[in-house]
Amino acid sequence: MVQNLGYLKESPSQTAGPYVHIGCTPNFAGITGVYETDLGSSMVNDKTLGERITVRGRVIDGAGTPLKDAVVEIWQADAAGLYNSPSELRGAADPNFSGWGRCPTSADEGVFTFETVKPGRVPYKDGRRMAPHITFWIVARGINIGLHTRMYFADEPEANAEDPLLARIEHRHRVATLVAPREGSIYTFDIHLQGENETVFLDI
Amino acid sequence: MSDLSNKKPETGAFFQRDRAWHAPALTPGYKTSVLRSPQKALLSLDGTISEITGPVFGHSILGELDNDLIHNFARPGESAIGERIIVHGRVLDERGKPVPGALLEFWQANAGGRYRHKKETYLAPLDPNFGGCGRAITDEEGGYRFRTIRPGPYPWPNGVNDWRPAHIHFSIFGHGFAQRLITQMYFEGDPMIWKCPIVTTIPDRRAIEQLIAPLDWANTIPMDARAYKFDIVLRGRRSTLFENRLEGN
Repeated sequence: MVQNLGYLKESPSQTAGPYVHIGCTPNFAGITGVYETDLGSSMVNDKTLGERITVRGRVIDGAGTPLKDAVVEIWQADAAGLYNSPSELRGAADPNFSGWGRCPTSADEGVFTFETVKPGRVPYKDGRRMAPHITFWIVARGINIGLHTRMYFADEPEANAEDPLLARIEHRHRVATLVAPREGSIYTFDIHLQGENETVFLDI
Repeated sequence: MSDLSNKKPETGAFFQRDRAWHAPALTPGYKTSVLRSPQKALLSLDGTISEITGPVFGHSILGELDNDLIHNFARPGESAIGERIIVHGRVLDERGKPVPGALLEFWQANAGGRYRHKKETYLAPLDPNFGGCGRAITDEEGGYRFRTIRPGPYPWPNGVNDWRPAHIHFSIFGHGFAQRLITQMYFEGDPMIWKCPIVTTIPDRRAIEQLIAPLDWANTIPMDARAYKFDIVLRGRRSTLFENRLEGN
């Protein structure tokens, strides 16, 4: 016999369900007067440093239909590559940038939209620099555990080429599922849950 | 976003998730999962700074009634109808350490099983004094509590005659984005739990039992509200004693 390691088990995930908006974006759900605004609905203000961009896209199921009941959250570094988090020890992030956003996909077209800034590069664990990226987390009815992925920027081909995560994708044609094309200041990132163009999802 | 305490923040990578403990993505008994589950393997990534960090929320975001669902949507002087309960517990990590400053958001149906949502068509009526959302931030010991009414079961279009057990949805932010979790709390003794195709997406009975809150008689307030205790466990993290690499040992 040996000592018991004594660790607890993580609480198991369950789907967010179709009414996730009641708890996470109540104003969007028409429940007004409880919270002033929906948390995560704004990431920037007038003083935020960096290049303003719009990130938009859809979450698409295995039959090609956009989800109209998903909630998408993003987490990213500021323009200088610093995270607005107590666990960020490399420096102080831009106080006018939250780094975190939350948006439900719209009831008509199933589109999510974030007004944010382009993130700076941050280090991988061995000190190499990762390409600029935004971490995504997707929950919805029918998704039993939130899906993590990353969005990279199509106008950063050199950085993307040396990114340690992208380099680990064995089937090279799948790299494109993580790279959002740019048009003006808008990046479009469609997330395919299943099928031919299935987005690379991460076990992080 | 806030200074939680003067303790040194932890920066170790998180324990890997036990995906045999969680539900798999594809669980055909829960029909919507069939077209919403990835078919390709997940790409494993030991936590980088992008996952080790995460947003942390200060108490300044909270309104006075955010943890009182009986009153936070009610007209002045009125309150929601139903069984008055208190739900409380602690947020711990897998090492058994409390997680202070964790934001919890909860949402639920009313006493009749009706959600206040435009897509909801169940014939049970809305309660004009019940919205169904609330939130709380854990204290230094990881503790949280809120007051609500016990939600009713409700039918849903999955099988011909599927009903959800009474449940409260929880969304939890720990200290790192990799800890992000949404789950559901069930109530001790509810016979609906073991019939539910969403509950039974979880393969291990012990894992399901982790989501069932026991009646907490000790914290029941006489002539006011019964209590249920619901502890939540988030991923633990490796120590950072050996900082020769950026992510810890």
